[in-house]
Amino acid sequence: MIEFKDVSKTFDAKVGTVHAVKDVNLVIPDGKIYGIVGYSGAGKSTIIRMLNGLESPTTGSVTVNGSEISALKGKELRDQRLKIGMIFQHFNLLWSRTVLENIEFPLEIAKVPKAQRKEKAMKLVELVGLSGRENAYPSELSGGQKQRVGIARALSNDPEILLSDEATSALDPQTTDEVLDLLLDINKQLNLTVVVITHEMHVIRKICDHVAVLDSGEIVEQGPVLDVFKNPQQTITKRFVNQETDSGSAGDTNTAVEELLKKYPQGKIVKLTFHGEQASLPIVSETLRQFDDVDLNIIEGNIHQTQDGALGSLYIQLLSDNQQSIDGTLSYLQTLRVETEVIERG
Amino acid sequence: MVDTGIGSYFKFSNVDWPSMGIATWETVWMTVVSIIVVAILGFLLGLLLFETTNSDAFLIKALNWIVSAFVNIFRSIPFIILIVLLLPATQIIMGTIIGAKAALPSLIISAAPFYARLVEIAFHEIDHGVLEASEAMGATKAQIIFKVLLPESLPALVSGITVTAISLIGYTAMAGAIGAGGLGNTAYLDGFQANNNAVTLTATVIIVIIVFAFQLIGDFAVKRIDKR
Ligand SMILES: Nc1ncnc2c1ncn2[C@@H]1O[C@H](COP(=O)(O)OP(=O)(O)OP(=O)(O)O)[C@@H](O)[C@H]1O
Ligand SMILES: [Mg+2]
Repeated sequence: MIEFKDVSKTFDAKVGTVHAVKDVNLVIPDGKIYGIVGYSGAGKSTIIRMLNGLESPTTGSVTVNGSEISALKGKELRDQRLKIGMIFQHFNLLWSRTVLENIEFPLEIAKVPKAQRKEKAMKLVELVGLSGRENAYPSELSGGQKQRVGIARALSNDPEILLSDEATSALDPQTTDEVLDLLLDINKQLNLTVVVITHEMHVIRKICDHVAVLDSGEIVEQGPVLDVFKNPQQTITKRFVNQETDSGSAGDTNTAVEELLKKYPQGKIVKLTFHGEQASLPIVSETLRQFDDVDLNIIEGNIHQTQDGALGSLYIQLLSDNQQSIDGTLSYLQTLRVETEVIERG
Repeated sequence: MVDTGIGSYFKFSNVDWPSMGIATWETVWMTVVSIIVVAILGFLLGLLLFETTNSDAFLIKALNWIVSAFVNIFRSIPFIILIVLLLPATQIIMGTIIGAKAALPSLIISAAPFYARLVEIAFHEIDHGVLEASEAMGATKAQIIFKVLLPESLPALVSGITVTAISLIGYTAMAGAIGAGGLGNTAYLDGFQANNNAVTLTATVIIVIIVFAFQLIGDFAVKRIDKR
């Protein structure tokens, strides 16, 4: 378990005192993937770096599995660091070493004998899907492959915790998803606690169980990912959630809605929001079967998978000569526990 | 009648080959011995400079300032003046001020600070993230130095030592002219002062060949090590 207790951090910079982290309280349970999301300069790196003592809190305490990191020094701190793996945005591999030698590096630090090192590293090469590339140098690898080496290296001393500081920010969307799948897989296989720092809600949605939203050094919101996605409280959280669920198409939907409003003045435009198992039920066809004098026109929709289930929104147009059927449809949808929102004209 | 025309440069019958061989050996010896010492000393000084930059602690700051000042001062003294300046010290350390051995102190003291700067620059060029990653893995200072700093900057260290070796060859020639032996000595005494231009030309050609050889070996080594 990881615990931040009243943690604050200030830097004395040239411009004056920078309050990078303010009064952070956080509990990260074992075996979970915990995400911390925030904009650039929010203090994400500062927070994650406190977990392996690269940074120490100005006030408060940081405890990892019962030992207070912020109080450790010298050998004790180094021994603790062996049990915490970390991956980085820019991979930070040693270019002078091959893939295998890079993965062996933390084992050398831990003074593991040569034969054992090699055996362990080969296993990890396989785990991260780089078999056959173990003698390549980092300069011969793609970004995604480099991050796989970074992950294997971070796992070589069988850490209890894996820290990821923007590990996918330098990768394209497809590679990002591959690396995220790998992280998820590792979390499940090794039952490892993973702390993920990111500015992309996509990363949070794809792999995290819990999320904390960081704004100017303060945690303004935290909870299970699905809850936060369903019901964001703070403006900044809403912005992050929209960044993901609307995937930039909010503008398109509005134009489509306006055009449909113009085209079918008699219809009703409704936005449906699903979460959890409802997203996998045949709600639309069920509804149409109930009201056969209603026509349904799908304008736009999307469904996103999170670790706790799916989350989706659907814009539909309901057409009927019978106003009662439309009202009936809406209340029927509500009995199915689908959130409905009628988009008004004008 | 002394022949001083262009043709005199090519009267190779005037060259005393055995003593030319000895002079060549002396030059190579002075260069190689001093380059070994310079490599070690320069590496340590460069490491000290690197490790003491950007510290907040007063003592470390002071140490950095002193080493830095030492390096800058000895780097800016012209070599020929440094030799003269160090003559008394050379007499005490080496027991003589004549011959190849006597050239070593001044060669080393002039080249080590130069190389130290190159080492420091090479270390600063290593990606900071890599050092931090090593620290995060629990590496000790010694492990970071020998497993990260050294191998990651090796191409720059080797090309730095090549550059230093080449300027050292130049220095040995200068030292030779004032009594340290080697090809510089031969070119000046047996060539210029004895009006034997063929000797001067031969010594020059051999020096150029030595420089090229060092350059080739250095370039080859860098190519082999550099995996970036
Ligand atoms: N060593 C330092 N000295 C002075 N200020 C610092 C230092 N490290 C971080 N800061 C400041 O602390 C604040 C938080 O920085 P941090 O690196 O934690 O942000 P971040 O959320 O990781 O941002 P990014 O997404 O850009 O990486 C910033 O204002 C930064 O300028
Ligand atoms: Mg950061």
